[in-house]
Amino acid sequence: MLLIHCPYCEEDRSELEFRWAGEAHIARPENISAISDEEFAEFFFLRNNEKGLTYERWRHIHGCGRFFNAARDTISDKFLMTYKAGLPKQPVPASGEGETR
Amino acid sequence: MVDSGANVATRTLPLSGVHGGSSVVRLEAAAPAERINLRVRAEDVAALSAALGVDLPVKPKTSSSGNGRTALWIGPDEWLVFGDVRTGLVASAAKSGALHSATDVSHRNTAILVSGPGSAAAINTGCPQDLSLDAFPIGACSRTLFGKVEIVLLRTAEDAFRVEVWRSFSDYAFGLLSEGARDAAL
Ligand SMILES: [Zn+2]
Repeated sequence: MLLIHCPYCEEDRSELEFRWAGEAHIARPENISAISDEEFAEFFFLRNNEKGLTYERWRHIHGCGRFFNAARDTISDKFLMTYKAGLPKQPVPASGEGETR
Repeated sequence: MVDSGANVATRTLPLSGVHGGSSVVRLEAAAPAERINLRVRAEDVAALSAALGVDLPVKPKTSSSGNGRTALWIGPDEWLVFGDVRTGLVASAAKSGALHSATDVSHRNTAILVSGPGSAAAINTGCPQDLSLDAFPIGACSRTLFGKVEIVLLRTAEDAFRVEVWRSFSDYAFGLLSEGARDAAL
């Protein structure tokens, strides 16, 4: 069973309690009615779908209910780190530190 | 016309009259309770705690009791508070004068009391949490999963838990706990 560290519950919990919630750090445009269709499509539909290190939103939906951010390796499925929502994109710690076992 | 009483619905609880378990686990329905789901900002926690007469815990996975009420940490701004019926939890919260949301969920939830030396094993039949005393001591609580349904789990003693579950899921939860109770006795 994959364990995910919830930054609000401050402990590792079963993946069963969590839901994926899409790519992280996508900022809503300041004035959405002023942007072009292409800019809207970029913001609303287009995602990077990285192979390897990716930043995602996750939700501890069957726990504390909070959304948070996670850095995850899409090849190994390893969670490299998690951090609270609202924080800027965090650098991934070197060689497995903060990694969910 | 004589009133036979046949036109009066008799209120029953979701788990009225059930009992179950095994040689190592006892399962029973908890008494009816009043419950609120409470949302409060950090700066207003003290005001709500004073108004309810129970300290809202701010440490994850902890609970506290006072004034006949028990408050369970659910999330950073969310608590489940329960107590005896008709003590007016919503009205108490309102007296705080602080901004909050108190939703009466007395009848949304029901509770199953699980006790006996096989309690943790029975719950672990469907719950992925570490229920060892180190990780989940007396008073620890958490919203989590039990099989296919969401529950709020509270450890009330070394060998006893309260399982809060939505009423429409309570038959399922009781059934799976019964299976777990038998497995725990193997
Ligand atoms: Zn959490």
